[in-house]
Amino acid sequence: MKKIMGVSAAILMLASPAYAEDIKIGISLGFTGPLESLAPAMNNGAQMAISEVAESKSLLGGSNVVAVTGDSTCADTAAAVATGERLVTSENVNAIVGAMCSGAAQAVLEGVAMPNGIVMISGSATAPVLSTVEDNGLFFRTAPSDARSAEVLAEILIEQGYKSAAITYVNNDYGSGLGSAIEANFVAGGGTVTINAGHEENKGDYSADVAALAQAGGDILVVAGYADGGGGAIIQGSLDSGSFETFFLPDGMYADSLTATFGSDIDGSFGASAGTDSPGDATFKTLFAEAGHEYNVYAGEYYDAAALIMLAMQAANSSSSSDLKDHVMDVANAPGEKIYPGELAKGLKILADGGEIDYVGASAVELIEPGESGGAYLQYEVQNGKFATVGYR
Amino acid sequence: MIDILNAITLLANYIIVPSLAYGSQLALGALGITLVYAVLRFSNFAHGEMMSFGTMISIFTIWLFQSAGISIHPLPTALLAIPVSIMITIMLLLILDRTVFRYYQAQRVQPVTFMIVSVGVMFFLAGLIRFFIGTSKKNFADGERFIIKASEFKQITGLAEGVSIRTTQAITVIVTLVLVTAVFWFLNKTRTGKSMRAFSDNEDLALLSGIKPERVIIITWMLVGALAAVAGTLYGLDKGYKPFVYLQLVLPIFAAAIIGGVGNPIGAVIGGYVIAFSEAFITFAYKRFFTYLLPEEWAPEGLVQMLSTEYKFAVSFVLLVIVLLVRPTGLFRGKTL
Repeated sequence: MKKIMGVSAAILMLASPAYAEDIKIGISLGFTGPLESLAPAMNNGAQMAISEVAESKSLLGGSNVVAVTGDSTCADTAAAVATGERLVTSENVNAIVGAMCSGAAQAVLEGVAMPNGIVMISGSATAPVLSTVEDNGLFFRTAPSDARSAEVLAEILIEQGYKSAAITYVNNDYGSGLGSAIEANFVAGGGTVTINAGHEENKGDYSADVAALAQAGGDILVVAGYADGGGGAIIQGSLDSGSFETFFLPDGMYADSLTATFGSDIDGSFGASAGTDSPGDATFKTLFAEAGHEYNVYAGEYYDAAALIMLAMQAANSSSSSDLKDHVMDVANAPGEKIYPGELAKGLKILADGGEIDYVGASAVELIEPGESGGAYLQYEVQNGKFATVGYR
Repeated sequence: MIDILNAITLLANYIIVPSLAYGSQLALGALGITLVYAVLRFSNFAHGEMMSFGTMISIFTIWLFQSAGISIHPLPTALLAIPVSIMITIMLLLILDRTVFRYYQAQRVQPVTFMIVSVGVMFFLAGLIRFFIGTSKKNFADGERFIIKASEFKQITGLAEGVSIRTTQAITVIVTLVLVTAVFWFLNKTRTGKSMRAFSDNEDLALLSGIKPERVIIITWMLVGALAAVAGTLYGLDKGYKPFVYLQLVLPIFAAAIIGGVGNPIGAVIGGYVIAFSEAFITFAYKRFFTYLLPEEWAPEGLVQMLSTEYKFAVSFVLLVIVLLVRPTGLFRGKTL
């Protein structure tokens, strides 16, 4: 009986007359896998943008828009491709938000999006390789590439007048990637790296690491590690032995526990991490909380990813990926009226009237070639034993 | 001449001072392991966690003293806490002896079985410690941090290199000297100490001459407890307390004990310093050292580093293998006290 009802319901659905247009947007995230705890917030971010547009009824002359979710996993690229295949061929989505992890994103792009001509916008895939991969103009991301962060960090070092630096990195993917990227960019900018050495996390004693760094010397010590782990211990050792006084602190070191430990001893040390003073960030977090969701990293980036797809559809006056892909950069960047979270209806209206918009969104989106976020960075310095924000870039 | 002084100061700052402190901590640990091996005849893998337990008790006592406003500034409060820690650690070891080790002793089990039992005790203690104090890092060093800072040293001497000596490093070395002397005096001069040595030398003969094995074993555990509590507290004082670090310490400590000759207390102490100094000398980058000593045009461009610092622990292993191949008994003949 149950089965019959299910089947008849399905037949009814198939038989029901199509509206002017039914737009489907696929959301492909790692709902299972090593980063599964982050996926719900990202999904809520994307869903929020989609339901905001659906309620406004102003997309492409009142078309309906719905989200279809799929599990891209994080490490299992075969599963990610299968999910992408399902979204595109059986759900007939117009575009895909995702995938979440870089490996999955590249696999879906090459295995599904490119053969079918479907636009993908990821809010969290940050691997540098996605900047150079062949994508037929179909792949965008609202999160900056990891290579970009290193570029910004090296830029700051050079601007502050440092000519030589010693680098110590925590020996994992994050640390070694960041360490070598900073070295490459710093050397390209005319600096000298005296040593680029890894340190293991969770050791009792870092005096040997500090000794090696001190012998290599340098104007500043770049600590690409963790404030509560080896990074903090190496700073302690360097201060104790009098080998370095100023430290460059990337995002892993940007923690109040660091200044609580060292206070004014590290005055003048500085660094940068992802962050923005754009009002969109605060607005998004308020809206997100009001909707009853729990915020987590990249939720805003996914709101922006979904919003960009729909705004680009409006600008292209078509829901097809092949048309909208040429308009993503236009709606994301100046010139035009700035659009913040919660103002998607306004943006759609301006576009419908033939105007131009500069979508700012939750993460201060500014897409640089080849279709990825330039990223917004917060620059800080330790002053009087506390982290103080000295600027944004 | 100035260059030579600078080079020596450089080594003092980065190798000699830190290694003396680290070596002292290893020496105390190795002494504890060697005592257990000599008297009870098994490798006590739980020793690292016993040190950790002693440190935890020290930390709790320090917190208690601090909240009561008791301090001995400029010396760290830890010095006051150590006696309390020693007593409680000894109590723990005696309880462990009564409930665990004595049973196997009575069965006269193989040393291998004993070793596995000690691994079990290690896991039990590790859990117990995490249950009470958690896993996060605790810094409990208070009082004056430095005896001399590198910058002050540079000012006083006018050299380009400075030596910094931390209070904790000095305390570690002094306490180790005192404790090691006391242990040797006890073993060699007192009646009880002599009975321990006799027991360790030949158990049956010792029994025949009227030495009570229970008494010897209890005294051994008391010595081991005191050594473990002091070694652990000094290590935590010097480097900050993190529970799982003490498991990693077991490797260099065993290496120290074996290199010195297992069961030989003098060997254990010297082994501790051998391990500490070779780890530092082999992973040190000599670039600036040679820059001071050699004529300018010979100054090295590379780091002149024999082994990257990631391989620090490997140094203990390699030394261990070399000693076992070349001189299996250790530097000093082991087995008995």
